[in-house]
Amino acid sequence: MAKATFSIWRGEANQGRFTDYQTEVTEGMVVLDAVHQIQAEDATDLACRWNCKAGKCGSCSAEINGQPRLMCMTRLNTLDLSQPVTVEPMRAFPHMKDLVTDVSWNYEVKKKIKKFTPRKPDAADGTWRMQQDDVDRPQEFRKCIECFLCQDVCHVLRDHQLHDQFIGPRFLVYAANLEMNPIDAENRLDELRRLHGIGYCNITKCCTNVCPEEIKITDNAIIPLKERVVDHAFDPLAKIIGLVTGRIPGP
Amino acid sequence: MADLKTYDHDVLVIGAGGAGLRAAIEAAAGGVSVGLVCKSLLGKAHTVMAEGGMAAAMGNVDDRDNWKVHFTDTLRGGQYVNNWRMAELHAREAPDRVKELEAWGALFDRTKDGRILQRNFGGHRYPRLAHVGDRTGLEMIRTLQDHGVHQGIDVHMEVTVTTLFKRGDRVVGALGYDRHHGDFHLFRARAVVLATGGIGRAYQITSNSWEYSGDGQALAYQAGASLMDMEFIQFHPTGMVWPPSVKGILVTEGVRGEGGVLLNNKGERFMFNDIPDNYKAQTADTPEEGWRYTQGDKNARRPPELLTRDHVARCIMREVKAGRGSPHGGVFLDIAWIKEKIKNAPEHIRKKLPSMYHQFKQLADIDITAVPMEIGPTTHYVMGGIRVEGDSQMSAVPGLFAAGEAAAGLHGANRLGGNSLSDLLVFGKRAGEYAARFARENAAIAPDSGEVAEKIKTALEPFDRKSGESPYKVQHDLQKMMQELVGIVRKEDEMLHAAEGLKALKARAANVSVTGSREYNPGWHTAIEIQNLITVSEAVILSAVARKESRGGHFREDYQDKKAEFGTFNHLVDQAADGTMELTQKPIPPMTAELKLIVEEMK
Repeated sequence: MAKATFSIWRGEANQGRFTDYQTEVTEGMVVLDAVHQIQAEDATDLACRWNCKAGKCGSCSAEINGQPRLMCMTRLNTLDLSQPVTVEPMRAFPHMKDLVTDVSWNYEVKKKIKKFTPRKPDAADGTWRMQQDDVDRPQEFRKCIECFLCQDVCHVLRDHQLHDQFIGPRFLVYAANLEMNPIDAENRLDELRRLHGIGYCNITKCCTNVCPEEIKITDNAIIPLKERVVDHAFDPLAKIIGLVTGRIPGP
Repeated sequence: MADLKTYDHDVLVIGAGGAGLRAAIEAAAGGVSVGLVCKSLLGKAHTVMAEGGMAAAMGNVDDRDNWKVHFTDTLRGGQYVNNWRMAELHAREAPDRVKELEAWGALFDRTKDGRILQRNFGGHRYPRLAHVGDRTGLEMIRTLQDHGVHQGIDVHMEVTVTTLFKRGDRVVGALGYDRHHGDFHLFRARAVVLATGGIGRAYQITSNSWEYSGDGQALAYQAGASLMDMEFIQFHPTGMVWPPSVKGILVTEGVRGEGGVLLNNKGERFMFNDIPDNYKAQTADTPEEGWRYTQGDKNARRPPELLTRDHVARCIMREVKAGRGSPHGGVFLDIAWIKEKIKNAPEHIRKKLPSMYHQFKQLADIDITAVPMEIGPTTHYVMGGIRVEGDSQMSAVPGLFAAGEAAAGLHGANRLGGNSLSDLLVFGKRAGEYAARFARENAAIAPDSGEVAEKIKTALEPFDRKSGESPYKVQHDLQKMMQELVGIVRKEDEMLHAAEGLKALKARAANVSVTGSREYNPGWHTAIEIQNLITVSEAVILSAVARKESRGGHFREDYQDKKAEFGTFNHLVDQAADGTMELTQKPIPPMTAELKLIVEEMK
C-alpha cells in the first residue's frame, strides 16, 4: 500500500504550524479518512469536527491544498499525492484548535434575520396550497448544509473582516429562501440593505464556486435579492404611490 | 471548582436532533426556561441524514389512508411487541406535527393540487411519507432549528453530558464538559429530556456518526431507569459497501420507493423468492405490478423490495452467503433500469434522488442513472432504548424523560422507514410538554456538590493514567466484536463469547490513557464515550441471548422462527442493587377493545 504525507495545521488559537504525518492510502479514501487514521495512529488529540461523513451535515469544512472543501467529500485520488497534502482550518473564523474554528458568529447572525412569518392559511384545515414550480427556487436554497465554506471564501469577510456589517453569502441565501418562500408575509428588504450589508457583495461568485451543494448562490440568491432590495428602496414610481397612499411617511 | 460553570434551567434537553429540538420548542412554549445541550454544533445531529421522509397519514395522495391504517402498519412492522399506546398516539398526531413544520417554514415537495406530496415506503400500505427529495431530515432539522432560535431557548453547543444527578428518586441536574476548553458545566434542572439518539457506534459498519454512542441510554440506566428491548437493532438493508471508506453510509429506501430493484449477481430479483405470509396479500405478484405501484397505481400492490427492513436485510445476507452477491460483498440496487419505462430517466432520477446521485458520483465514481449500485446491510437504528410511559414519555425516574431514538416502544421489533422522523416530532413534543409540566409542579433542588466534584474527577482520570492503551483501540475492538458476534445474524455461543469479551473490554476501557490538553481533545472524548458503548453493548447482548426466537431486527440462526410466547412481553434491563445488569420480562398490557378491533379489521 502506498503512503501519503499530510501537512496538518496543529496548535491552539492561532499559535499553530503545519505538522507532517504519513499514513497509508487505500482505495476510495477521502481526506477525512486520512485525518481519522492519523488521529487513531499518531495524534489522538488531533481536533477536527465531523458528523455524517456523507456531505450532508457540513461539519468537516477545511482548507485542503488551499481550497475550501468538505474533508468527507474530497477523495484522495483527486489530489496530487506526490506532494504533501495541506489541511488547515477555515481562515475566515477565529481559530480554536488544529482544524477547528469558532463559527459561533454565524449562529448569532442568523438570529438577527427576521424569522419566517406565514400568511394566513389557505384552507380551513390550517394548511397552504403551493405549486411545485413556486417552491423549486427556495428549495434550492434550503439544500444548504451550513458548512460555512461560502463565508470562509468571501473576501468581504475573509480579507476585509467586515463581520459586523455584512452577513455573508450563507445568510443572503437564508434571507433569499425566506423572501422567496411562497407563503412568507414578512419583508426583509430594508434590513438587508441597511443592516445586513447586501451592497458589499460585488458578485465575484467565489461563494458559488466552493458550495458543496452546488447552490447557485450568486446567480439565484444574491442577484435576485439585490434587485428586489434596489426596487424596494429606489423605485420612483413605488415611492410616489407609497407617499400618496400613506404607506411611506411623507418628508 | 474553578472551571465549573453553573446554569439553572427549568427543563434541560440533552440532544438537539429532531426530538430534542421539538422537545425544547414545546417546553419553551409551556412557559418554562429551557436549556438545550448538543454534542455537536446546532443543526448537525443525525436527523440531517434522514432521507426518505416522515410518515403521517394525511391522505394527500391516497385518500384511503388514515391513522388506523398507519397504526396497524406500525404494529405489523414491529411484530406486535410495540407499546401500542405510543403507536396509536404516533399515528393520530403525526399529520398535525407535519403540518406544523410547514407553518414554521418547511417546504415539502407538492402534489399537483398544491398540497404536501407523499411517497411510498417499505411497510406502509399507502403513500405516506411527506418529503423533500431525499433530504427530508435536513429540511426538518433546519426548520426546527430556525424556529427554535427565536423561542428563547439557551443552546449549549458542543457540550457532552457525562452524568445525571438525582436527589432522592428525582433527577435534578446533569454534568457535562465542553469540547472547546474541556471545562465542566453543571446544569441544575427540574426536569431532563434525553434525546440523544442511538447506539450505532457500537458497531463497525454503521450509518451513524461518532455522536451515537448510547449516551442517553447509559445515562438513564445509571440513573435507575429501565432499558427496554435492546436486542432489537435495525440493520438497514441498503448501505454503501464500496469503496471501504464509505462502507455503511446510508442509501435511502427512497431509491426502492421510486422503482429501484434488488438484484443478485445472476440478475435475479431475489426478493420475489421470499415473501412472508403476513405480507403476501399486500405484495405484488409480478415485477410489472410492483413497478405500477411505485408509479402511483392505486390498484397495484407493492414490490417485495419494499417489505420491511429486517426482512430485506436478511434476504440480502442470504444471497451474499450463497455466493450470489456483488463483487464487494453486497448485492445490486438498480434504479438505472427505469430508463426502459420512462423518458428522461436520468433527469428524473437526479430530481427525485439528488443527494444519492451526488453521494455515489462523488464517493464511488458511480453514476446511478447509468449503472447499479452495490449495497449491503448497515447498522442504522435501535428500536430498543429507555422505557417510557407512552403519553408523557417519562421514564421510571421522576423528572427524567426520553424521546426519539433514545426511547423505546413505538417501533417494537422493527421500525418502518419514515416512522422515525414522525416519532421525533410526535414524542419530542410530548416529552417537552410533560417535562415543562413536571418542572412547573416540582421545585428545583441542587445536586450534591460532593458528588459533582467526584464525577469531574472520574471524567479526568484518563489524563492521570500515563501508560494505558489508546481509547481508539478499545473502541475499535468493541465495534469489531459487536459486528462479528452480535450483528445481523446471531447465535447463542457467539453471543456468550461476546459477553466474555465485553468483560475484558470493560477492564481495558477503565485503563485507557490520553495525551494532550483538555482543549478539543477527541481522544479524551472517546475515552468517556466507550464507557457508554460498553453499557449499551452489555444490554444488547443480555437481551439478545434471552430472546430465543427470531423477530424483527433480532434474528437467531439457532432459533429461526418467531415464537408466540415471546410476543407477550418486553425485555427490561435494570441496574441491580449490587451494580450488575439484570434482565426481566415485562408482560405487554392488553390492548384496548377499540384498538384490538382496528387490528382485526385491517388484517
